[in-house]
Amino acid sequence: TPCPQWPYCRKRCSYCNFNTYVVPAVDEAAVRACLVQEARTLLRLSQVQSITSVFFGGGTPSLASPRTVAAVLEAVAGAAHLPTSAEVTLEANPSSTDTARLAGFRAAGINRLSIGVQSLDDAELRLLGREHTAAEAQKAVEAARGLFPGRTSIDLLFGLPGQSLDSWAQGLEAALGLCDDHISLYQLTLERGTALAAQVRGGTLSLPPQDQLADMYQTARTVLVAAGFRHYEVSNFARKGALSNHNLSYWRADQYIGVGPGAHGRFVPRGEGGCSREARVQTLEPVTWMREVQSQGHGTRSRVVLSPLEQLEELLTLGLRTDEGVTHERWGHFSPQLSLQAVFGVPGEAQALQEQGWLLLDGSGLRCTWAGLAVLDSLLPDLLCQLQRH
Amino acid sequence: MALAGRTAARWARLRSRCPGAAPPCPLPCPLPAACGRPYSSRGKEKLDMSTYPVESIRNFSIIAHVDHGKSTLADRLLEITGTISKTDRNKQVLDKLQVERERGITVKAQSASLFYSHEGINYLLNLIDTPGHVDFSYEVSRSLSACQGVILVVDANEGIQAQTVANFYLAFEAQLSIIPVINKIDLKNADPERVEKQIEKLFDIPTDECIRISAKQGKNVEKVLQKVIEKIPPPQCNTADPLKALVFDSTFDHYRGVIANVALFGGEIAKGNKIVSAHTKKRYEVNEVGILTPNEQPTQKLYAGQVGYLIAGMKEVTEAQIGDTLFLYKQPVEPLPGFKSAKPMVFAGMYPVDQTEYNNLKSALERLTLNDSSVTVHRDSSLALGAGWRLGFLGLLHMEVFNQRLEQEYNMSVILTAPTVPYKAVLSSAKLIKEHGKDEITIINPAQFPDKFSVSEYLEPTVLGTIVTPHEYIGKIIALCQDRRAVQKDMLYIDENRVMLKYLFPLNEIVLDFYDALKSLSSGYASFDYEDAGYQAADLIKMDILLNGNPVEELSSIIHHDKAYATGKLLCERLKEAIPRQLFEIAIQAAIGKKIIARETLKAYRKNVVAKCYGGDITRRMKLLKRQAESKRLMRKIGNVEVPRDAFIRVLKRDTDY
Repeated sequence: TPCPQWPYCRKRCSYCNFNTYVVPAVDEAAVRACLVQEARTLLRLSQVQSITSVFFGGGTPSLASPRTVAAVLEAVAGAAHLPTSAEVTLEANPSSTDTARLAGFRAAGINRLSIGVQSLDDAELRLLGREHTAAEAQKAVEAARGLFPGRTSIDLLFGLPGQSLDSWAQGLEAALGLCDDHISLYQLTLERGTALAAQVRGGTLSLPPQDQLADMYQTARTVLVAAGFRHYEVSNFARKGALSNHNLSYWRADQYIGVGPGAHGRFVPRGEGGCSREARVQTLEPVTWMREVQSQGHGTRSRVVLSPLEQLEELLTLGLRTDEGVTHERWGHFSPQLSLQAVFGVPGEAQALQEQGWLLLDGSGLRCTWAGLAVLDSLLPDLLCQLQRH
Repeated sequence: MALAGRTAARWARLRSRCPGAAPPCPLPCPLPAACGRPYSSRGKEKLDMSTYPVESIRNFSIIAHVDHGKSTLADRLLEITGTISKTDRNKQVLDKLQVERERGITVKAQSASLFYSHEGINYLLNLIDTPGHVDFSYEVSRSLSACQGVILVVDANEGIQAQTVANFYLAFEAQLSIIPVINKIDLKNADPERVEKQIEKLFDIPTDECIRISAKQGKNVEKVLQKVIEKIPPPQCNTADPLKALVFDSTFDHYRGVIANVALFGGEIAKGNKIVSAHTKKRYEVNEVGILTPNEQPTQKLYAGQVGYLIAGMKEVTEAQIGDTLFLYKQPVEPLPGFKSAKPMVFAGMYPVDQTEYNNLKSALERLTLNDSSVTVHRDSSLALGAGWRLGFLGLLHMEVFNQRLEQEYNMSVILTAPTVPYKAVLSSAKLIKEHGKDEITIINPAQFPDKFSVSEYLEPTVLGTIVTPHEYIGKIIALCQDRRAVQKDMLYIDENRVMLKYLFPLNEIVLDFYDALKSLSSGYASFDYEDAGYQAADLIKMDILLNGNPVEELSSIIHHDKAYATGKLLCERLKEAIPRQLFEIAIQAAIGKKIIARETLKAYRKNVVAKCYGGDITRRMKLLKRQAESKRLMRKIGNVEVPRDAFIRVLKRDTDY
């Protein structure tokens, strides 16, 4: 599952600290050539036979032209089998998604859209430094649903400075009226170095109190489940089976190949005789990255072999975010010797957490209860301690 | 401190009884030219110290309030005399410990021998550096016992401070010559004239005797050396007398054993001599003698009046008792009166975070106390914390420094309990009196606090505190002192806008955060020093802190009845800030016996899960989680509540440092 990154944005949002660049002009042909080149190199290195999904992330990949998307997909299909059933997602901003453009992306091979709506309130959108208005977001979603019916997702943020529980519930209602079959709801995280974090630290803005954030989350979960959505990951909801397969592959600790500036990957480089899963990061800065791709075919800046324990730690941390949890099958794939039962089915932290009603270990695997999912980050250190003892 | 001061005074009397006192001015002493710069042969052959007769020796200390430039002046003196080469890197050369350099304080006294030629005579100047914090003033008086004079350094901008006063009196009572030096005259706001007037008013030293210097720039530092030679008398003793060596400090070296710092009050000493400790009566053979420059520099011999070190196969620091007298085998002398050992003012329990670390911690403690004999160690154990120790420290800074050294030098993490002062109880219960074999007991651990039905009176230790402050802060400081149950004893203007206040404080009221409070309400301008002032009756009770009903042993404390509610409330509030939210609600309570006097509630986490976790976020996420898992192992569990290890200290200290 390759994840090509388009690192450019027209404007930086007030809450975002991703590896993004706002530049006056992008030499798209050069970037395209490099994305194509790196995708080829890394796919060959991984010796992956068949692709299950492709995800164009960023930055703002909807700012790239459909031609670039098509070129990357062609490269992917040239290096491995890309079945028509593969999920091919593009992240899009409401400000760069008119119907014509979206049609272009569909023609290029995109079959799923994830739209960064973030809010349906103009004041909130301004606070977040977004370029679009609520009305534009609405139009974008409608256009997307027309072209990608059942395969359009929207992102929303909650826990914004000044946001009340009521205004969030209203925003959610409006979003429900607009959305297709997939919603991602993210609590706003103050990232270091962002404009919003500086304003909160400086005291000009303040985040809602902890308990209100918990209420906002619980409200959203309840409302969406009542509307027929499956709460399949901490921040993700889907109905009619419209789960994001690509994102599921992260949480199931499948292999993925990061392509583009600052992209992350996890795969076994079988092409050079490797047999261990590696954590890889591509060079962050686009110009440097391009130079490296041009000279050596890829811009891999760091590669770290993950130990068997580290792989299990990642599997646990990611898997427990989903409603299916870590299944015995997935666990056995990474740990054929030591079963899930042998690690967590014995007296220790996991059993205590199970007795307190946060966790479940049964025939299908280890997973959080409804209440446990909301406090997962308080459960994980205990579980990691228990795992490390084995 | 008063005790130390009295000891020093006894010393002075002893020295003045010494027959054949040297004339006040040094005698010109013919020296072979070859010995002009004895250190030039360093490392090749041992120095011959016989070329420095008593008349050409000066033993002195530098005393000052903290930050007035004592260590910088020492650096310059070492440079001028060629003891160390002159570079920009000479910063606090004598501060050898990592904590000393980090915190900019001197903890441990160090000495250095300087060679200086003045008017055709080669002098041996022994500089004994002293610590600059009130907690360590016992070290000052110990150092002074080997000296005949002091350089009293005062900052030209800050003027006389509390510790200047305390140190002056230590030197004055020891009848030492005092050379007043006004430092930092290069500063923009320097006002040496005002400081000279303060010195005249408070210490009765004529203004023209003060030397104005800038140790940083080296200005007039040479003049200080000349004054040392002119004003400080040589030691009064004789090489022809039998050996009489005072052990005034000791350090421990893992390879060579105990290195004792000695001052010779008579005779001479060389490798191969058989010596006896007056204290233990044990016999040793001297392996090495030498001087400190400031590193150890072996010499052939040491002679009366000189200051240096000796190594004599002592395996434990207790064998080199500070204040002990060493003499030659079969030539016993009247021992010099020893020092009273430094009296711990603050006690705290110390426990390994993990009981399997007990033996490692034990050996680290043993090794560290070798170099810091002022820490008292008693074995202790508690139900909640397991096996550990009850340690006595000279003050809170001393406790912190000790803890920091354990961490830095021995890589040890420990649980420290709430510091407490040594209270006393006069027992009324016949049973308890029989049990203790006496009717007055000292309580250094709240767990041993006897209840009021078996006690006729509780006593608390007190100190006489000196505060020097610009007068605009007087009102606030008086209010602070009253809040701390202090009684005013004196108030004196040392110039038009500076005041010296004296208060009698209950020790427990200043032990924790008084200094921080004083500093913050005076914008850092007020200074503080104190000395022991005996015990007074007090209405004391024991207060427990509970987490979900389980007592936190580290936070049990003995406090004055009037302070119970306020302290209980404050501790609960601070604890609420210091404990992270957990998966369940936590009741934080203060209790006296069964009575709850304060309560805070820490609500349960209802949401704690990171919103986004995709491909690119995982590495960072795992790092954070693993750090959390790691620190979980070090958490203290009280019932099922997890408390970070540093929470207790954070709770007890007014948080200026955190």
